[in-house]
Amino acid sequence: MSERRTIKVDYLARVEGEGALDVLIENGIVQDVKLKIFEPPRFFEAFLRGRSYSEAPDITARICGICPVAYQMSAVHAMEDACGVRVDGPLRALRRLLYCGEWIESHALHVYMLHAPDFLGRHSVVELAKDHPEVVERGLRLKKAGNAIVALLGGREIHPINVRVGGFYKIPPSDEFDALARQLEIALEDAHATLSWVTTFDFPDFEVDYEFVALRHPDEYPFNEGRIVSSHGVDIAAQDYHEHFEEVHVEHSTALHCRLKDRGFYHVGPLARYALNSDKLSPGAKQAATRAGLDHVCTNPFRSIVVRAVETIHACEEALRVLANLERPDRPYVDVPVRAATGYGATEAPRGLLHHTYRIGADGSIESARIIPPTSQNQATIEDDLRRFVAPRIALPDDQLQWQCEQAVRNYDPCISCSTHFLKLNVVRR
Amino acid sequence: MSGLVIGIGNPDRGDDALGIEVIARMRESVDDDVRLATVGGDTLALFDCWHGATCVHVVDAMQSGAAPGTVRRFDATDDAVGAELGSFVSTHAFDLADAIELARTLGRLPERLVVWGVEAREFAHGHGLSAPVARAADDLAKTIAEECAYTRR
Repeated sequence: MSERRTIKVDYLARVEGEGALDVLIENGIVQDVKLKIFEPPRFFEAFLRGRSYSEAPDITARICGICPVAYQMSAVHAMEDACGVRVDGPLRALRRLLYCGEWIESHALHVYMLHAPDFLGRHSVVELAKDHPEVVERGLRLKKAGNAIVALLGGREIHPINVRVGGFYKIPPSDEFDALARQLEIALEDAHATLSWVTTFDFPDFEVDYEFVALRHPDEYPFNEGRIVSSHGVDIAAQDYHEHFEEVHVEHSTALHCRLKDRGFYHVGPLARYALNSDKLSPGAKQAATRAGLDHVCTNPFRSIVVRAVETIHACEEALRVLANLERPDRPYVDVPVRAATGYGATEAPRGLLHHTYRIGADGSIESARIIPPTSQNQATIEDDLRRFVAPRIALPDDQLQWQCEQAVRNYDPCISCSTHFLKLNVVRR
Repeated sequence: MSGLVIGIGNPDRGDDALGIEVIARMRESVDDDVRLATVGGDTLALFDCWHGATCVHVVDAMQSGAAPGTVRRFDATDDAVGAELGSFVSTHAFDLADAIELARTLGRLPERLVVWGVEAREFAHGHGLSAPVARAADDLAKTIAEECAYTRR
C-alpha cells in the first residue's frame, strides 16, 4: 500500500530571501528534492548592459544587502582584468581589510542569529537572547566590528559606495583606522569565545565526500585573489572558469544550476575554503581550529558553523595585521585606462566563490555581464545533501523532519536574495 | 524628545524601496531637528541606528494580504509587532519584527517606537514603486512629519 504524507511549510525562516524547497518521499524513499530559485541576478546582468564599466561596483553591490563588498570586489577585479591593470600595495591591503569586515559581519550574523538557534533547540535568536543575552550581545558586538570596517572603508555599512575600479574614492583619516584597531582587538576576543561556544554544540552524524571548490593563493587565505582549485584536481585561473564550469537550466527553477562540466555539482563556501586553504590561516586561527578539534578537512556541513567561527578569527587577525602594517597610499586609486576587452573576477564571498565576467567596449560601456553567485553554485549540492540526509531520518515525525531539513539548508547560509526572493519548504510523502 | 525616522529597503527591489522613498520625500519637507536615516538589508543595523534616540519611527514594506498601498501604524513600544501587520519580508536577512523583539529582549528599544508598514505589491528587480505604494509613500511622508512635529510641541 502506498503511504502518502504531506508536510507543507510556507516559510523557511532564517534564510536570507526566499525561494521554495520541495521534498518528495514515496513509500519511505526519498524520490526527489528540488530547491526552487526564482530570480537569479539576471536583472542586474541586463541592467548593467550599456552602463559604464565604472558603475559595475555600485550597481552589483545592490544585489545583496549582506555581501555587497563581495559583489564590488569581484566587479572591480574583473574590470581591472579587462583593462590590464593590477592593483597592488596599500590599496590591495585595504581591499583585504574591507573584505575582512564583510566576513566578520556576515559570519557573525549567520552564526549567532540564524544558525546557532538550530543547535540549541531554539526557534529563533530572540528565544536564545531571553536565556543568554550576554551571548547574543557578543554576537552583535562582533558583527558591529565588521560593520565598522565596512562603514569606514566602504563609506557606509550597507551598499558601500567608496569602492571604485582602481581602488577607493577616498581613504579615511589615519586616526579612524586606530580606533578601528581597538574595536577589532575586542572582536578578536569575541571571535575566540564564539568558536569555544559553537564547539560545544552537538552535530548530526553526517559526512559527504564533496568536491570542494575555492580560490587558493600561494601566500594568503583567499579573499580577493587566487586560482580556482578543487579537491578533485581543478586548478585554473579565473579567466578559465567558463571552460570548466557551466550553468545548466533545470526545469523546477528559473535559476541555473552550476556544474563542473565533466562531473557535476560541487561545494563552495567556508568548508571548501577551509579544506583547500587551512594551511594559510592566520596563526591564531590555525591554532584555534586545532583546539576546536577540526581536522584539515571537514566534510560535515553542520559543522560549517565551526569553520565560520574559525574564519571569523582569521578575519579579525588579518584585519589587525593589515592595520598594523598600514601604509597610506599616495592616491586613493590607480588610473584604469579603459579598452575593449573581456575581464574576469573571482573572489570569496562569505558564502563562497563569486565569479563575474564582463565584456566592455572601447568607450568603457558594458556589453555583457555574467554573475555567478555562490548560492547558485551550491544549489545542486544542497539538494543532494537533503536527499542523503532525509533518507535515514524518514521515520522522524513530520515536524522534526521538516525542521532538520531547514537546518540542512541553513548550513549553507544560502543568500537566496542574491538569486531569488521567497523560499517555501514543502515535504510531500506519498 | 529627539525624533528619528528610519526607512528600510532596497532601492532596486520594487516596493521594497518604500522605506527609502519615504525618507527621500521627508528630506524635502521635514524640520531640521528630526533625524532621517535609511537601512538596507540588515535590520540589526537598527540597534545602532536608533541608539540614543527617544522617539523612533520605522517604515518598511509589508505583506499582509491587504490591498497594495494600505498603511498600518503599530506602536511597538510595549507590544510585539503582531501578525496583523503581516510579515516584513522583502530581502532583509532578519525580519523586522524579529529584530524589534530581539532589541526588546536585550533592552535596546528606544523609549518610543512606532512601526509603519505599507502593503507592497511587487518586489521585481529594478522597478520603482508601484502606483498605489508610491501614493502611500507621499501621504505617509506627510503623516510622519506631522506626528514628529506634534510630539515635539
